[in-house]
Amino acid sequence: MWKIIVRRVLVMIPQLFVLSLIVFIMAKQMPGDPFTGLITPETDPNRIEELRQLSGFYDPWYVQYYNWMTNAFQGDFGQSYTYKVAVSNLIGERAFNTFWLAFVSTILVYVIAIPLGVLAGRYQERIMDKTIVLYSFISYAIPTFVLGLIFLFVFGYQLQWFPTSGTVSIHAERGTFEYVWSKFHHLLLPAITYAVLGTTGIIQYLRTEIIDAKMQDYVKTARSKGIPMNKVYSRHIFRNSLLPIAAFLGFTITGLLGGSIFIETIFGFPGMGQLFVSSIGSRDYSVITALVLLYGFLALLGGLLSDIIMSIVDPRIRID
Amino acid sequence: MKTDTMQEQVDVETSPPTGLQVVWREFKKDKLAMFALFGTILGIASILFAAYFLIDEKETMTIKIIERFTEPGMNGYVLGADEAGRDILGQLVIGAKNSILIAFTITIITSIIGIFLGIVMGYYGGWIDNALMRIIDFFMTLPTLMIIIVFVSIVPEYGVWELILIISLFQWVGTARLVRSKALSEGRRDYINASKTMGTRDGVIMFKGLLPNLSSILIVEVTLSFAGNVGIETGLSFLGFGLPPSTPSLGTLVSYATNPQILSGRWWVWLPAALLILMLMLGINYVGQALRRSADAQQRLG
Repeated sequence: MWKIIVRRVLVMIPQLFVLSLIVFIMAKQMPGDPFTGLITPETDPNRIEELRQLSGFYDPWYVQYYNWMTNAFQGDFGQSYTYKVAVSNLIGERAFNTFWLAFVSTILVYVIAIPLGVLAGRYQERIMDKTIVLYSFISYAIPTFVLGLIFLFVFGYQLQWFPTSGTVSIHAERGTFEYVWSKFHHLLLPAITYAVLGTTGIIQYLRTEIIDAKMQDYVKTARSKGIPMNKVYSRHIFRNSLLPIAAFLGFTITGLLGGSIFIETIFGFPGMGQLFVSSIGSRDYSVITALVLLYGFLALLGGLLSDIIMSIVDPRIRID
Repeated sequence: MKTDTMQEQVDVETSPPTGLQVVWREFKKDKLAMFALFGTILGIASILFAAYFLIDEKETMTIKIIERFTEPGMNGYVLGADEAGRDILGQLVIGAKNSILIAFTITIITSIIGIFLGIVMGYYGGWIDNALMRIIDFFMTLPTLMIIIVFVSIVPEYGVWELILIISLFQWVGTARLVRSKALSEGRRDYINASKTMGTRDGVIMFKGLLPNLSSILIVEVTLSFAGNVGIETGLSFLGFGLPPSTPSLGTLVSYATNPQILSGRWWVWLPAALLILMLMLGINYVGQALRRSADAQQRLG
């Protein structure tokens, strides 16, 4: 168990190293440097030159890379050009929003996918199963931004069930129940959009898992003991099929990160994805590099999480 | 003539149905897949036909500010006009043509790279396989979308071909991975070993022996990656990092919806393009799924 986790983490280190190298090279290709964020009309060009000298702008690239990495480990990514604040503070603020969105989305994904997967497996080849399989096909095929816009148009503007942008109503007072509700209400539609799209894998996996389980001996034993079919499903099959689903958690998080760029742009939700798009627009390179590095790191972490959960629930992997 | 039919009958009795027959049977069994197949082919063909013969691109892209936001059905605008008075229907056709052709080119490039590397990895195994697999595993964990966007924003003299190459750079990975896993198991079969013993050159075995036997899986993979590439290109164009503004894409049309007034009040500007993307994705993916079923004897319906 621990052996596999340690080994898996060791594999991650070179990946992280290459990722940081790529991000560093990309950052070098971008115009500007960490001090571009400090330039104002009153700044003396000589002063900037001096700062560059001091910070090692003219050092060989490997020295620069080393310095950049050590700073990054301490959470220092320089100054934002547009917002004039430290990049880490800026991202921290947005990461909080994205975190809540991801949290609610993940819960919704499981709330939608688990019953649908179980029902599809149980009523295999019947109308219920065919409808669910069709739904999971559509949710697999439809691009995030198309569904997001259609949801925003229908539920946000036509039916006006949900607010159309932002994270909280301006009338809500901080600390009241209303404030919390308003926050939740704002992230519900983006979260539903993501959840509808993110269920495909789990539904299909659970469905095949349950169809397989129906033929297993332990189900026959349970049935011959006289346990009603409902109970066999809820107690025996469901529990056995549920564990591997936990391993999807890591992939769900990775998928969420990719989707956050579209979903946050569409729903005007000030999270990291929206920050990324607006930073590209304003050429705010210190923010961009920090975000790419962070997203890459989180994606690696998501994969790690999936593998660890998988090794806990599936002993066959541990032996390997 | 008579001997021909005789011959055919004998074939049917002695040999299993060929790949194409199996595919055809699958589509005959699944009416929705048949509908998706002909719908998609007909749709793409008519878009290409209209784009090249019926629509004047210059005329469509001319800005006519007086006709701004003409509603559908007025002044000869079948689907209305956008904020610069440009015909939506015309832009839709041109955008769809661009999106389809770009996705098609990306699919060809990534398929060639992916299939070649996949077969080489699966056939040789050993250190070639290990080394390339490391690279592929690494690519799989990258935040691809973000890196594509960063590339798009730092490439000087950005144009259609640059976009195609940047997307291709990250899209070959999936194909290579899948082909490798299939080639790995196929490459251990007896007929490959027989070829080796006979002294056939590796290149010939790989691309004349192995490749045709993977064709059913490759067709599925190519179809699905085509759909995926349509999604990526339109998505990037939607965010504003896809096609340059002079070349409209379906994603560019949908991106007008980021303006809340257009999203809620002038639905005809973005909704047709969004629905067209939706239909394309559903159609191509459904065909892909039917092909996948026919490639796997356990899942076949027909």
